[in-house]
Parts: sequence; C-alpha cells; structure tokens
Amino acid sequence: MVIKTRALAKSYGKIIAVDGMNLDIEEGEIFGLLGPNGAGKTTLISMLCTILKPTSGRAWVNGFDIVKEPSKVRKSIGIVFQQPSVDDLLTGRENLSMHNLLFGVPRELRKQRIEEVLAIVNLEKRADDLVNTYSGGMRRRLELARGIMHHPKILFLDEPTLGLDPQTREHIWDYIKELAEKECMTVLLTTHYMEEAEQLCDRVAIIDYGKIVALDSPQTLKNRIVGDIVKLKQKNPDKEKIRKLDYVMNVQEKDGLLFISIKDASKHLQDLLAHTGQIDSVEVRSGTLSDVFMYYTGREIREGEAEGGFWERMMKK
Amino acid sequence: MSEIEAIYAVWLREAKIYAREKERIISSIASPLLWLFGLGAGIGSTVDVIQGYPYQVFIYPGIIVMSVLFTSLFYGIYIIWDRKLDFLKEVLVAPVSRASVFAGKMLGGATDAMIQVVFLLIIGLFINVPLTPLIIIESFLTLLLIAIAMVSIGLVIGANLNNPEGFSLVINFVMWPMFFFSGALFPVNNLPRWLYAITYINPLTYGVDAVRGIILGIFKFSLLYDLSIMLLFAMITMAAGVWSFRRM
Repeated sequence: MVIKTRALAKSYGKIIAVDGMNLDIEEGEIFGLLGPNGAGKTTLISMLCTILKPTSGRAWVNGFDIVKEPSKVRKSIGIVFQQPSVDDLLTGRENLSMHNLLFGVPRELRKQRIEEVLAIVNLEKRADDLVNTYSGGMRRRLELARGIMHHPKILFLDEPTLGLDPQTREHIWDYIKELAEKECMTVLLTTHYMEEAEQLCDRVAIIDYGKIVALDSPQTLKNRIVGDIVKLKQKNPDKEKIRKLDYVMNVQEKDGLLFISIKDASKHLQDLLAHTGQIDSVEVRSGTLSDVFMYYTGREIREGEAEGGFWERMMKK
Repeated sequence: MSEIEAIYAVWLREAKIYAREKERIISSIASPLLWLFGLGAGIGSTVDVIQGYPYQVFIYPGIIVMSVLFTSLFYGIYIIWDRKLDFLKEVLVAPVSRASVFAGKMLGGATDAMIQVVFLLIIGLFINVPLTPLIIIESFLTLLLIAIAMVSIGLVIGANLNNPEGFSLVINFVMWPMFFFSGALFPVNNLPRWLYAITYINPLTYGVDAVRGIILGIFKFSLLYDLSIMLLFAMITMAAGVWSFRRM
C-alpha cells in the first residue's frame, strides 16, 4: 500500500471535515476522490501531504507516518494544489529551478530534469517568459511539470483541471495517464468532474460529508449500481410492477419522469416496455458516475462549480 | 547542504522579485531622501548646529536607520500576500525545515534594506557626511544587524496575521514609537524623564547610537554595548520568527 489511512479524521470545532476514513491505495494506481464541494477532499489531501494535522486517526504515505515523519513524506510526494501556486513574477524555468533546489534534486540532474518536464507538458517555447503572461492551462501544465520534477512516488492532484476549457482538460488527462504509466507513479486526485473520474481513474471513492460512501472502479460502480437508465414519460405509471422485474435495479420518479435503472438495456428494454404498457416517450442512455453519485447521496453533483475559484477566494479574504 | 540550497532558493526568489518591481526600489529610495532633505533642510534652517554638526548631517545616521527600520518592518507584509496567493504553499510543503524558509525570507528582506543603505551611503558622500571606507564598512555591518532584527519582527507579525490591513495597523504601532524614541531625529538627553526611560528600553536606540557613533563619533553608550544589545535583540527576534514560521 502506497497510501494507507486508518480512521483518519479532521474536525474544525463542531464541523467534521473528514470523518474516520479508511483508504488503501496501491502502487501505480490512479485513484480519484469524487465528491461535492465541502465533502472533505481537499482536507484529506492536505493531511496526507502534511500541511494539516489530523484530529485523530493515522495515515501512512509511502510507508511513512504523516504525523511522525512529515519530511520523509514530503520527499516522496509531488503536489498540484487546487489554487495556482506557481510564482507569477518568475519565469516558468525559474519556478522549476526553485523547486529543484527546494526538493533537493541532485545538482547534476537539475538542468536535464527541467528540460524533461518542460517537454512533457509542451512548454519549452514559453519557459523563459514570466508566468503572469501564461494562460490558465499553461499555468496548470507548469504546475504539473513542477509536481513531477523530483520524481515523486506519489502525485497529489487537487482538482487538476478546475476551470480549464475541455480541450486543455483532455490534454492534461493525457499527460497524467502518460506520467503514471511511464514513471510508475501513484496518483491521488480529487475532482468533482464525473467525466474526469471516469476517464482517468482506476478506482474512485465517492465522498460525502467526510465519509466514503462507495469505492470501486468507475465501471464496476456503474454496472453494480445504475446499469443503464431508461427515462420514461407515462401517465400514472405502475412503479411497483416495474420494480418487481428482476433486471430492474432502481426506480425513481423526478419531475414527472420515471428513471428506471436496468441491467443491460439492449437485452431487457423490449420486455420492460411490454410491462409498462402505453407510454408517451422513452429515452435510453448508459448510466454514468453522476447516477451513481445521485444514488448514494440523493443529490446531483453540480459540475463546473468550483470550490471557490482563485479570484473568488482573493476577493473574499 | 540541502537546507543551505533551500535558503538560497527562497532568497533568490525574493531578490529577483525585488529587482523586477521597480516601484519598490524607487519608493524605498525616494522616501529617505524626502526625510533627509525635507526635514533636514527645513529644521536645519532654524536649528544651527547639534553637537558640532549641521542638523542635516546630525540626522543622517538616524535617517539611514529609519529607512532600514521602515523597509524591514514593512517587508513582512509580502508574506501575507504570498500566503493569500498561495505562492508560499509550494515552499511550505517542501521537505526543508521552516527555519530555512524563514532564513531565506529574512535574508531577502535584509537584502532589500541593504540595497537602500548602499544608495544612502552614496548620497552621504555628497552632503559632506564624514565617510571613510572603514566607516562605510562598519556602518554597513551594523545596519545589516539592525535590518536582520527588524525584518524578523516584520515577518513575525506577517506570519501571525492574515490580512494586509491588520498588518499596517499593527506595524504602525511598532514602527513609530521605535522611531521617535530612538534618538534618530533629536538628541534624547533633554527629553522628560519618562520619555527618556522609554528610549532605554527601545532596542533601536542602541542601533541609532551605534551608527551615529561610527559615522559622527558621537556615542551615548559604547559601540560594544550597542552591538551586544542589538545582537541579542536580533537573536530573540529571529527565534520568534522561526517559531512563527513553524506554526504557519
């Protein structure tokens, strides 16, 4: 286990941000923490990267206790924070060379590492420009480059693609996947983008109110919980009758529509429609992690809503 | 070794940013000149000579100490901005001790102040302050010690507060009393007894006395005494600084 937590908890007065979490993350895994704002994802990551002390419980990162051996933990990890933390007034290259010094990269490797990571994130041409001339996506890429430069065993990514356009987002996913494979790095990322979790993660933990409510691979979660979704419009539907069918997993009524989760729609749709009788309309789609999330929390995850964007945070303070 | 490199990394960042922010350099040099020429010439026209020197020359050491005091204390505000913009996070999660982070920041602030000192020493040559190479070296080192102590105070305050407005408020209560009751602008001998007592507990008094003694030969205490107190004071403030950074 590269990351292990046992009853890890953090509370602020009466508010419990992380509520006794047990996690086991294996080497080389891309592991996602999925949850709405304030679910405790960032708090968890902050504890694991030793900037926040847990209230109770224990955790080990790369075999080191996060409370007793913080500096060994820090040497094993790379972090990309939710808020941009590259230095605006330095150039990209200067940011990287400062990181080299701070993370004790051996002198003879420094130059080579900088070129290496700049190439990975395609920033060679802009490396000597001040970061305040970079776009949001470029900054993110620079941070990613910085996070991996000292070859950490574990990379923490807190909302790595927050506020980026879809194209840049996909690029960054590619980088992350490539890195995890090439360097055999374990990646722990938080996100509230369902698509990100589905595309990127080997396993996903759905977190709500500081607790893990479900944990498995995205595919398994979907298959087990939601299957395919049939959206029906019908006057006076007989919910009980539908629920009794053995391939129906769940029936929910929302806004006058019936949402029926079934196993393998291609096989059972005909039979289902035979049992429902007259309908006004029908729509079939495969289930997503959003549906899984909805199933467990009873709420929809609001995509695109940041946990306080960069500027928002600045204005508030 | 890696700790020294970390100190260097933090210092280098500060130095680069200082060099790139022209406003900071200009304002830090313009304000002591205003004091020197505004106050020096203004009061100098009514006060003839203090302890054998024209008023402008008499306050010259005090003005240098003042610039160091102001620049150094206000330097602490940058740490609040760094934290607000999250630039500091990268440094705080690095596998280096907080003492090194503090040392790097502190040296960065001291560098700002000492660049100003160099400039003011050059000005001194033009207004007939009796500066010899030895005097320049001695006062430079003494001012460095003062800068280290004052930057540390600024960083302690900056590390313990989280908004710039609060910082300005607190720093004004530290800065002005220190400045006024240090003898920088007037000899303290003729002050009422209770004010006179305050000058004794003000560490900056000894800094001003040392610099004035070195440059003009006017000592109230002795150089050794002044420097010992400043050194002790710098050590206390640095320790407080490291402690504050550990809690950050």
